[in-house]
Amino acid sequence: MLLLIPLLPFLGFLINLALGRRLSKGVSGGVACAAMLGALLAAASSVWSLLQMPPDARGIVQQVAPWMESGTLSVPFTLRLDPLAAVMVLVVTGIGFLIHVYSTAYMHEERGSEYARYFSYLNLFAAFMLVLVLGASFPVMFVGWEGVGLCSYLLIGFWFTKQSASDAGKKAFIVNRIGDFGFLVGMFVVWSQFGSLDFQDVARQAGQLPPEATFGATSLATLLLFLGATGKSAQIPLYVWLPDAMEGPTPVSALIHAATMVTAGVYMIGRNAVLFSHAPETLALVAAVGVATALMAGTIGLVQNDIKRVLAYSTVSQLGLMFVAMGVGAFAAGIFHLYTHAFFKALLFLGSGAVIHALAGEQDIRRMGGLRKELPVTYWTFLIGALAISGVPLLSGFFSKDEILWKSYSGGHTLVWAVAVVASLLTAIYMFRLVFLTFHGERASAGSEHALADHGHAASPGHGHAVAGHDRASEGGHLHDAPPAMAIVLVVLAVGSVAAGYVGVPAVLGGSNHIEHFLAPSFAAPGVEESGEHGASPAEARAEMVPGNEAKGEGGHEPAGSGDHGAELGLMAVSSGIALAGIGIAAYFFLRNKDAAGRVAARFAGAHRVLLNKYYVDEFYNAVIVQPIKRVSDRALWRVVDAGVIDGAVNGAGSFVNGASAILRRLQTGSMRAYALSVFVGVVLILGYYVWR
Amino acid sequence: MAVVPILSALVVLPLAGAVLLLLVRNRGHERDRFIQWSALGVSLAEFALSLWMWRGFDPSQADFQMVERVDWIPSFGIQYAVGVDGISLFLVVLAAFLTPLALVSSWRSVHKKVREFSFFMLALESAMIGVFLSLDMFLFYVFWDAMLIPMYFLIGIWGYERRVYAAVKFILYTMAGSVLMLVAILTVAYLHSVATGSYSFDYEAWLTLAVPRHTQMWLFLAFAVAFAIKVPLFPFHTWLPDAHVEAPTAGSVILAGVLLKMGTYGLLRFAFPLFPDAAAYFAPYLAVLAVIGIVYGALVAMVQPDMKKLVAYSSVSHLGFVVLGITAMNVQGVQGAVYQMLNHGVSTGALFLIVGMLSDRRHTRLISEYGGLKHVVPKLVAAFFVVTLSSIGLPGLNGFVGEFLILFGAFRWNPALAAVAASGVILSAVYMLWMFQRVNYGAVTNPKNEGMQDLDTREKWVLWPAIAMAVFMGVAPWVFLEPMAPAVNRIVARAAEAEPAKVVRVAAPAPVELKKGPGPFSGR
Repeated sequence: MLLLIPLLPFLGFLINLALGRRLSKGVSGGVACAAMLGALLAAASSVWSLLQMPPDARGIVQQVAPWMESGTLSVPFTLRLDPLAAVMVLVVTGIGFLIHVYSTAYMHEERGSEYARYFSYLNLFAAFMLVLVLGASFPVMFVGWEGVGLCSYLLIGFWFTKQSASDAGKKAFIVNRIGDFGFLVGMFVVWSQFGSLDFQDVARQAGQLPPEATFGATSLATLLLFLGATGKSAQIPLYVWLPDAMEGPTPVSALIHAATMVTAGVYMIGRNAVLFSHAPETLALVAAVGVATALMAGTIGLVQNDIKRVLAYSTVSQLGLMFVAMGVGAFAAGIFHLYTHAFFKALLFLGSGAVIHALAGEQDIRRMGGLRKELPVTYWTFLIGALAISGVPLLSGFFSKDEILWKSYSGGHTLVWAVAVVASLLTAIYMFRLVFLTFHGERASAGSEHALADHGHAASPGHGHAVAGHDRASEGGHLHDAPPAMAIVLVVLAVGSVAAGYVGVPAVLGGSNHIEHFLAPSFAAPGVEESGEHGASPAEARAEMVPGNEAKGEGGHEPAGSGDHGAELGLMAVSSGIALAGIGIAAYFFLRNKDAAGRVAARFAGAHRVLLNKYYVDEFYNAVIVQPIKRVSDRALWRVVDAGVIDGAVNGAGSFVNGASAILRRLQTGSMRAYALSVFVGVVLILGYYVWR
Repeated sequence: MAVVPILSALVVLPLAGAVLLLLVRNRGHERDRFIQWSALGVSLAEFALSLWMWRGFDPSQADFQMVERVDWIPSFGIQYAVGVDGISLFLVVLAAFLTPLALVSSWRSVHKKVREFSFFMLALESAMIGVFLSLDMFLFYVFWDAMLIPMYFLIGIWGYERRVYAAVKFILYTMAGSVLMLVAILTVAYLHSVATGSYSFDYEAWLTLAVPRHTQMWLFLAFAVAFAIKVPLFPFHTWLPDAHVEAPTAGSVILAGVLLKMGTYGLLRFAFPLFPDAAAYFAPYLAVLAVIGIVYGALVAMVQPDMKKLVAYSSVSHLGFVVLGITAMNVQGVQGAVYQMLNHGVSTGALFLIVGMLSDRRHTRLISEYGGLKHVVPKLVAAFFVVTLSSIGLPGLNGFVGEFLILFGAFRWNPALAAVAASGVILSAVYMLWMFQRVNYGAVTNPKNEGMQDLDTREKWVLWPAIAMAVFMGVAPWVFLEPMAPAVNRIVARAAEAEPAKVVRVAAPAPVELKKGPGPFSGR
């Protein structure tokens, strides 16, 4: 029963929606968590039955209902579970469940009705996300795709009283809609090319075509779909909504804006791996955009002072890496990183939430410091998350990030690899800047307030988190570490951040990269393996399709010669070194020698300001797109064209007719009936008006 | 003829009820309640009747069903002829669905001449349903013009400040179009007598008439202008914002919900099938106007300070989608267009109801007067939100199905135009969410908003059906698409016969090669 997976959270949503006001917090939070737990169990049992099937024929389909039927277009509401979807449903329900549990404590100070509203949105989000993942065709995926956007809008703007929160929600929705426009039109191009909107049909047909040598319909379709992905997954040029989305409650940032929804774009490309493989030009663009985004977000992340914004830019940057993987054709590596990232990024966000919770809403890391002793659970789990995301060996992030780097290098994308390595270095630096400033050193005293005054978006007291009776933090008194529900979740996620990578240990380290083999059928055209006379595995069949990747076996184990082994190990050493170097740099500037950081910032004041202001991209968009459209619509279209020209012509014609009607009347000889009727109606109207007035 | 003349009953019932209401003495408003309830009863009976018609409707048939024919003026071949097919079926149901809601929504806001108000609303319903059911062109014309009269009074008597200006503008504008149409109708009747020796106004007889291509052009234009004004298609739309802003809530609901659809219905039912060659020639031009309307209407809606005007301009944008679907003349485009007519009736009708409820409370429609309403009237805001989502075409709600099918159909016909039209998806989110934010989010800044009452029982009963319908139509579109299909196929097939001229394209060559190579109108 695949339907059960999204249906249970949806029922949870309905219950909290209908009865929320009357339920106690315990019940409404309990209902929401139970719904997620149910979905997790349903997902696990479905995945279990999937695993019982032979590896190349893993798939469960459920046709739920007819939906849109029109002529040759038939879009039934069908769900399909395959290995790729299996990974995603487990991530969404598993991480989702944990974040629901965490939220029961985090949101506890909200009023009862608000509490229920929060959980109803959270459940609704999960339901839509699961539809997105399980949808067997573009339109069904689109239901989830837009639905998660809606929930994101609602949850970012959860504290709707704040102008900045409702602005951020609206911005997220509209920027996402720009991407959705691409998705929608891309869907139409796919249909005109393949006559189907079902993912499997499309993959099957696309698999029979040669990759497009020049920019053609497949390239156009994938390009438009990629536009959709940049919206949902916060890539250049549509990433601008994600940092602002931090206006929402922190668990929301963890669930939606880090672990699940924002990965939808990556997932969608993975879902259409065969299609994208046939559009080398789009793939190249995907890799380029991914790496540019990773670098850009990483540099911004270096100087931000809001704990959640640093994490937001780190998310943008990590998503960029996933797109790099997709772009170089290493789809499994991208999904692998998506999966490990879900653990440590959720952990980091929830850890930051615990800090914010303890500090009564403080989000500015310059006002933190020394929290290590007071918040031990938060500190240690956060540290593990930071180590994992930085790519320190043997933690989950190491395996997945390294896989991406190796695949891009071995695929011949040296430049992409080099920039991605720099982005990884930046990750380690800004993550440990965060760790050191927040948890090490001394608590910033109230006296340092004035030093922050120049800063653009310093957190106002009570920022985000609606505080009631939480003033103890400002007195510098004893802080409370995460309450049990939050602490347990942090610990579970920390364990996951350490261990999750072991499903994908590469062959060169003696592993067998289970996840890549498990995922491989999802990225191959259905039916391709039967046609290959030399019995190529789906993974190899795909490797042939990926340009610049012919020599290297995608399976990542057997075909690679010993020379490649050496190279892979060498690269692994490089990236481990990079991670440690980043931590070292951060330790130098933000632990040992804090003045040095200030001196560097002062030395490069211009660059620092540009980074602090996020390259002025928001300002640029506002000046070049938003304001001109508003101004033209208001001053030109409405006041001049509509009121002046068109309506002026109408009214002018009216007065002209008035004046000329006497003459025209004599000329009008042919159509007496029309004439008589209009006179009659006119008389009725005029008389009638005076009668009834 | 059907055993029970159900269609005639549908046409007559509201008018009969209306006339009976006029007999009630109500000098001192002492019987206002009685009149309101009676009018509601009549309209509910009408709605039940329309559902009965739906139940008796055979969804596998393309032809008109439940047809009734009586000679009216035999010397001119004028008949009283009514019938229903998959296209008119749901439009009738829509009109019957919205009228009770509009009536109840006025219970508190209309105090002046309650009896006459109810009379005009019911008379209007009769005329609207007559328009959708007529199979005789003369009868159609009578209903078409008859409908103007009650609407004129509804705006002119129960409207806001500039109601007289708006009412006169509304009637002159539409009359200008309908006079053209009358000439065209008479011309075709004359052509029929030339060809067969007798006058006829019978729609189905006209379908068999071979009108020369050159003549078709003029006739099509006459029809198209009349309908384009009604839709309203850019640039014939300027009567609409004035009429909407000045009309009472019930008038706006019916105006947006049903009256505008008569324009698109007319295009689909008459202009395109009767003059297929001309339609093929003009379709690209109409489509360009439609797409301009989509973008232009959305942009102008965005900057409106008045909520009602905003919704009015959004109608220009939404109806642009409908016309685009019709001009695409393939199954998806036309089905989407009909679906979108219903959607727009439900969601824009509901939007006007909500704006009306706000203006009942605060006596202003200016967005800037509101803010933070979510604190004060959470239920109203929740309803507002669902309707907003329906209007911006969120999948799972009704608007998406219509927009998707229209854009899909349009894309098969002319990808470039469809791509431009699809940008309306972005713009609708911009203007609706911006309005929604300014009205409902933030803190309550205006003290006048503090004491606002949330939805009362009556208002809940007005909004619930519309919201339920928006959800149902989004989740189960096949319920509506299936009975619609045969009639749509028939119209599309007829248009396809005019193939040679159909290849005319206005925009740049399509960027995409259609691999399957269907001619613009072949697949169905």
